[in-house]
Amino acid sequence: MKNKVIQEQVPITTTVLKRTPSISLSKVFRSNYIHYYLMLLPGLIWMFFFNLFPMYGTLMAFKDFNPGLGILKSAWIGLENFKYMFELEDSIQVFKNTIVIAIGKMILNLIVPLVFALMLNEVKNRFFSRSVQTIVYLPHFLSWVIVAGILLDLFSLTGPINQLLSIFDIKPILFFSNPDIFPSIVIGSDVWKEFGFGAIIYFAALTSISPELYEAAAIDGASQFKRLISITLPSILPVAVLLGTLSLGNVLNAGFDQIFNLYNPLVYSTGDIIDTWVYRAGLIDMQYGLATAVGLLKSFVSLILIATSYGLAYRFANYRIF
Amino acid sequence: MVEERSVISKLFNGFNLFLLIIITLLCIYPVWYMLVVSFSDKAAVAAGQVFFWPKGFTLGAYKLILDDVQFFKSVGVSVTRVILGTITTFVVVVLMAYPLSKTSKEFKPRNIIMWTLIFAMLFNGGLVPWYMTMKTLGLTNSIWGLVLGGGLPVFNVILVMNFFRNLPKELEESAIMDGAGPWRILLNIILPLSKPVLATILVFTIVYHWNEFFQAMVLMTKNDQYPLQTYIRSLTVVTDLSKLDAESAKLLTSTSNQTLNAAKIFISMLPLLIIYPFFQKYFVKGITLGSVKG
Repeated sequence: MKNKVIQEQVPITTTVLKRTPSISLSKVFRSNYIHYYLMLLPGLIWMFFFNLFPMYGTLMAFKDFNPGLGILKSAWIGLENFKYMFELEDSIQVFKNTIVIAIGKMILNLIVPLVFALMLNEVKNRFFSRSVQTIVYLPHFLSWVIVAGILLDLFSLTGPINQLLSIFDIKPILFFSNPDIFPSIVIGSDVWKEFGFGAIIYFAALTSISPELYEAAAIDGASQFKRLISITLPSILPVAVLLGTLSLGNVLNAGFDQIFNLYNPLVYSTGDIIDTWVYRAGLIDMQYGLATAVGLLKSFVSLILIATSYGLAYRFANYRIF
Repeated sequence: MVEERSVISKLFNGFNLFLLIIITLLCIYPVWYMLVVSFSDKAAVAAGQVFFWPKGFTLGAYKLILDDVQFFKSVGVSVTRVILGTITTFVVVVLMAYPLSKTSKEFKPRNIIMWTLIFAMLFNGGLVPWYMTMKTLGLTNSIWGLVLGGGLPVFNVILVMNFFRNLPKELEESAIMDGAGPWRILLNIILPLSKPVLATILVFTIVYHWNEFFQAMVLMTKNDQYPLQTYIRSLTVVTDLSKLDAESAKLLTSTSNQTLNAAKIFISMLPLLIIYPFFQKYFVKGITLGSVKG
């Protein structure tokens, strides 16, 4: 519909341009500056107070923060908070947990949607593949509060999963109190929630492959499997590599919303991540300086990772965000 | 497309279809299970006898919800939040995206503002400074804390800006020739052509504000100001499990009101379940536009 409108408008445009060639467009744009600034103003104010102003608060990481004195008047202590952080036994474990869970998610969230998209691409029935797509997008739209509520029920002692296991004579398992199982549940449920939505990009890439390629290959006698290997896969691989590169920035993002709703003290040893730890240290235990330091370190490392991954994507795939 | 007729191919396609059906069912079963539990008898659920169909069908849980004032209050908070949040985001994002869609020749400060936005999107001060900011601005216990607390939705600005840039330039030029100012151009020419991207950010914003639970948990001191998700969290996720062992965990699952919670969970996901299929073609387009731009 959009394209139709545009096509109708274009001829009018050209005639108008021919009629009045004397107005200089660049002058018009210059006189519009004041309007442009006005349009930007609300967004810039929002950004200033809610995105940039909190950065000033990161000074707390270098101070012995005293709420009574405020940020500016509290005493400087240099890198004391950071040193203390590395002395804590927790923090090493927390960093390790974060990276294990995040990398597990990154790998599976790259591969599972790809495989799923390839599988669905082999189905020729349009109605079937459309319905499947709609249904697998569903979990993405549920909040982690909801999904956690559902998972806690499904995996409870008397829940369907344990009932299913009991058929095979397996004793009921306390899934959410077992530190050995917890990371797998976290990664698995994240893949369950996001693989369908993650496949959207692959679907788009798959539909842009020219059907003539397949027809030519079929005439040459290439089997269905052969076509998958030598046409579909090579066409879609660059997309997968690009997505993988862009996801590098997530190495320290293990998913706060998810773990915060699923974890409990019994699984801290494998399930506690930087963000949940910062929440407890900062907002529960009121160790403002320490929590700010850890949060700042995480933000800083993440920024470097993201900048690197975007740089790589720009160099090798000519990817640009704007 | 040339059809394949070999036996192996048929076997493969059959197996593929079978797997896809299983995967699809796995996506929908947890949601279905909640619905089934909410209509079942409490005792049957606690005994683990409910799987695919309600056992001892009852509307009891839903009747209980009707008397739950807190539940309706939080629905109200959520709805208010979604409406205010969507309007705010829409106005701000559209107004911002238009000047930024100009080239740096047409609007010189464009690039520097763009990079500031990117920086603001990628780098954040972390949780504690955010909380301090909200306190300083007096946004605790206020709905505006929830509306604005997430910060400027930079990703949406970029999405809309990229869409504006791909519209044919001649449209705007001809409007300028006819004497239209920037506000008129944005309202009467650009916006009517931008329905796909506007629908995309609409659905993203609604989903974000409906699902966000953490900010209210931190900013609201009174429970009756909780939006729905935060309220549900306070029911389903037990906050102090410090003394939890196998025995008390057992006790917990059997005493908590599973069917009532299931009904609340189901109601809270219903709005999104209903709207997302209608927006499907838009967010599919939005994702494709936004994440991989060649």
